[in-house]
Amino acid sequence: MAIEVSHVSKRFGDFVALDDVSITVGDGALTALLGPSGSGKSTLLRIIAGLETPDQGEVVIGDEDVTNAPARTRGVGFVFQHYAPFKHMTVHDNVAFGLSVRKRPKDEIRDRVEELLGLVRLDGLAKRYPSQLSGGQLQRMALARALAVQPQVLLLDEPFGALDAQVRAELREWLRRLHEEIHVTTIFVTHDQEEAMEVAEQIVVMNRGRIEQAGAPRELYESPSNEFVMSFIGPVNRLGDAFVRPHDIQILAEADGTGTEALVERVVHLGFEVRVELKLHDGREIWAQVTREVAQELELREGQILSVRLPAPRVFAS
Amino acid sequence: MSSSGEGALPIPGAPSARRSSTRSAARPPAAAGARAARRRQLGVRAIALGYLALLLLGPVAMIFYRTFEHGISPVLNAATTPSATHAFWLSLEIVAIAVPLNTIFGIGMALLLERGRFWGKAALGVLIDLPFAISPVVVGLSLVLVYGKTGWLGDWLAEQGIQVIFSVPGMVLATAVVSLPFVVRETMPVLRELGVDAEQAAETLGASPWQTFLRITLPGIRWGVVYGVVLTTARALGEFGAVSIVSGRIEEQTQTLPLFVQDRFENFDSTGAYTAAVVLALLALGTLLAMNLLTRITRRRTEA
Repeated sequence: MAIEVSHVSKRFGDFVALDDVSITVGDGALTALLGPSGSGKSTLLRIIAGLETPDQGEVVIGDEDVTNAPARTRGVGFVFQHYAPFKHMTVHDNVAFGLSVRKRPKDEIRDRVEELLGLVRLDGLAKRYPSQLSGGQLQRMALARALAVQPQVLLLDEPFGALDAQVRAELREWLRRLHEEIHVTTIFVTHDQEEAMEVAEQIVVMNRGRIEQAGAPRELYESPSNEFVMSFIGPVNRLGDAFVRPHDIQILAEADGTGTEALVERVVHLGFEVRVELKLHDGREIWAQVTREVAQELELREGQILSVRLPAPRVFAS
Repeated sequence: MSSSGEGALPIPGAPSARRSSTRSAARPPAAAGARAARRRQLGVRAIALGYLALLLLGPVAMIFYRTFEHGISPVLNAATTPSATHAFWLSLEIVAIAVPLNTIFGIGMALLLERGRFWGKAALGVLIDLPFAISPVVVGLSLVLVYGKTGWLGDWLAEQGIQVIFSVPGMVLATAVVSLPFVVRETMPVLRELGVDAEQAAETLGASPWQTFLRITLPGIRWGVVYGVVLTTARALGEFGAVSIVSGRIEEQTQTLPLFVQDRFENFDSTGAYTAAVVLALLALGTLLAMNLLTRITRRRTEA
């Protein structure tokens, strides 16, 4: 189901959480709401779910205006940041909850729960209680619970925020594959640009209750429409009003007169990537990103004086 | 990802972390220091136990001793007199009405105070605690002023043929008032800790507000409620002051167990007084034990 949010505003007291926000999410798309904390992304997600009502504007899911519909009638699966497990119920009963409040036959519930636990790889843990699961397992239980009622829309609030790095990477990959398999319209909230780039087909960048830019990950990276998007997505050097990507800086073997003279202040080896911190002859500091091969070829070391060629810097009208 | 049984979420009420930290604090490097700490701990324990013994254990033990001093048959005789059995059943009847009333009211009020947003909430919170602050005698008197023959509602009630004061309805009222805050106050913190996430999750899964309350909220706060009910029951069983005033203390009509104890005591029937006192103590003890057992059984089942 497609989602259409138009001109939505929301205030909490004096704090403006959302200021005239409109987004469109296509049927079956996997979209990320990306922004720093306080940017309004979670509020937007909760408004789509019906857990919060907008002060102004409307929300349409499919072709139904659900702006004033209660959450339970919206057909939305919601996965909470801290999973919101029903602690007094087993994993099986957690996943079965949506079906059992709909009074579905017992056999059907049992089969469906079994199928879902298989899908999220929790087979055999049906009789456990949430307190006996790890963070990653709780996350997957919460997802199975949300999927049990076959939602038209799946919403995830910081789905990987509380997990350690390795589990995160694993679950990201898995969420993508799951989405390919079941193709439900999915929106997830994140403050991690790498996560958004890796998982989403479309990214909506938010800041201070407004949308800065929406588009495919590559589009945002290659043609950011403003300073905020440029500096929030991908690494960046700031030179006054201008922005330069570190990997666009070319380091030359010898000063051939076409580049700018620079002093190597520090060389950081990060495996394939090597980070070179430079001081330009006019005193400005900048860092460049080169591959291991390039660093070896140039024999980069601290104190070295070399020449760099800067790309045409990007300047945004403020 | 750990696939072991270790929960990643902290289990509320699990004392393990705190316990281990105190233990490691008491461990040597300096053995002498540890010994001194242990001695200090023993001292504190002795003072606490001594205090309890003087105030509670000793007197209660004395009652039991005095009651059974001359064997069991005088006790049985005293316990089976018509006025004693009447007082016993009357007490149970009042508890059986007042406690459910306060439980329903208490859960509702806790939800309102914890989740509601309205003007005057703080004032309402203070009002709830008033029965703790006011002497039960004052509660009894004020009830007489409102419901008694010359009271505000007295005439109207009399016309309807309802007698509140000097009869069971008034005694239930008095008992309900003095035990009002327990369920509210025990439920509120549990409700706060439960949070709203699980309830909202239930809502997105299609549960109606009533289904959410019965299947998510109520099980989530059950320990708070149970504890509140136990305290309410204990308080209701033992209530003397307020009930004493509204009841008129008519033997075999409006005499509850505590009133019966005092009546026997004043009439130099010490066996009767002690026997009823022991029955009261056993009832309270039974309530506490029942809660303990219930807690253990259900906790073992859900949080094993």
